[in-house]
Amino acid sequence: MASALIRVPERARRGEVVEIRALIGHPMETGYRRTQQGERIPRDIIRLFTCTYNGTEVFRAELHPAIAANPFIAFWTVATESGTIALHWTGDNGFTATESAAIVVE
Amino acid sequence: MIDASGSPSRREFLLAAGGAAAGVALASVVVVRPARATPATMQEAIDKVVGTARVSPGRVKLELPPLVENGNTVPLVVRVESPMTETDHVRAIHVFAEKNPQPNVVSVFLGPRAGRAGVSTRMRLADTQTVIAIAELSDGSFWSDRADVVVTLAACLEEP
Amino acid sequence: MRRLCAVAVALGLASGALAGEIPRAERRSGYEFMSRETRAMQDDDGANPGLLWVLEGETAWSRKVGAAGRACADCHGDGRASMKGVAARYPAFDTTLKRPVNLEQRINVCRTERQQAPPLAYESRELLALTAYVARQSRGLPIDIAVDARTQPFLDNGRAAFYRRQGQLNLACSQCHDDNWGKRLAGNVIPQAHPTGYPVYRLEWQSLGSLQRRLRNCLVGIRAEPYEYGAPELVELELFLMWRARGMAIETPGVRP
Repeated sequence: MASALIRVPERARRGEVVEIRALIGHPMETGYRRTQQGERIPRDIIRLFTCTYNGTEVFRAELHPAIAANPFIAFWTVATESGTIALHWTGDNGFTATESAAIVVE
Repeated sequence: MIDASGSPSRREFLLAAGGAAAGVALASVVVVRPARATPATMQEAIDKVVGTARVSPGRVKLELPPLVENGNTVPLVVRVESPMTETDHVRAIHVFAEKNPQPNVVSVFLGPRAGRAGVSTRMRLADTQTVIAIAELSDGSFWSDRADVVVTLAACLEEP
Repeated sequence: MRRLCAVAVALGLASGALAGEIPRAERRSGYEFMSRETRAMQDDDGANPGLLWVLEGETAWSRKVGAAGRACADCHGDGRASMKGVAARYPAFDTTLKRPVNLEQRINVCRTERQQAPPLAYESRELLALTAYVARQSRGLPIDIAVDARTQPFLDNGRAAFYRRQGQLNLACSQCHDDNWGKRLAGNVIPQAHPTGYPVYRLEWQSLGSLQRRLRNCLVGIRAEPYEYGAPELVELELFLMWRARGMAIETPGVRP
């Protein structure tokens, strides 16, 4: 699986808005580049990034080739309950990745 | 028309030569352009998302550096003022670029569980251009912000 | 210039400042010439793309490889402790090869001799990951290159290369990086060329890359034939550049435009 670095707070107060940050290794090949021989390098990007909180989707991003390589996304979510925050990436050529972290909400 | 001698008349010859020359000139003038969005294709992409609704400037804050050292990785932050309650929240944020090969950059989908409407990411900019962020609110209204970015190339380019 | 170099070296003043060299008080890392946003990217451990390679290096550190079935960890234990300070003194003299080697080459020496595994290709993902992991353990530590009778001739070669005009553009490294740092070249600020952040995540590459990759870029930039990866000329130049940056802190993984 590709390398990923995620930042999910370990604990939060109920109702607190917390920031989640995710960085994943991926070339995000645009499909517009050409080799020295002039052949087009085919597109190979991550197309979808979602965050689920105890199974419920709380954030979704549809990515296009204009997102830079090794995509970084940071967003907010309300700490509603203790459990698991999972991040999923899917893309071209069957690319998938998942990272999760536990959060304790008091 | 070829005259009786079998060779083209001077007029035909000149026309043919002129035509050939023009043809050659046209062929050499045909330029293969790299794919580029234009303000028009960006508008089409926006229309696909917004439909016929009006997009009003405001409520959205799009942050991009005004001068970028390298267009390959440009940090981008979008924030939208909103209480993010069940009845009043941001449903989605869409970002478009005017002169990239294609206009869509990213679309994020939120809801009251987000707590705060915003996203931070890194984008690619192919040229000096305008970037637009459009937020769709739960009441169906659309708000926007735009940023102009100057993109310079690295001075010493690597061989591809 | 050259005569001054020769005299200074002859008098054993290798550690003293030479004409044209940036005085210690004015030495600044490429970090200081970057925009606020790029600096933020380097500083943020949750968002620095170079850390993806450091993570991979950490995994590779414990992976058993080669006919010997040995991992780096088997000899070196916890890399975070054992590798502290290592990158700050590379390139270093290798007593078997009788010449300085850079960190990448040192890792490959371990690969071939201790792990009995084939050497990793230059700029391969795995070699970059291991180099980044090792160098990351020196973050914050001052560069400290050993200069002695063994390394002196190689340092002198590197220095000569730095001050030599070359390529179609007939430019010496010193002309941009000693004489014109801080000024602009085609919209970018010219840095002083201190290799404090290597392997570095270069936005231009959208990837992590080694100092040798950057040096080859520079050579192409002045329209000179770039040396092959691993060439002694490149290692000598690396040695000189690290010596020139002595006392400055390692920033690996750096982010640069």
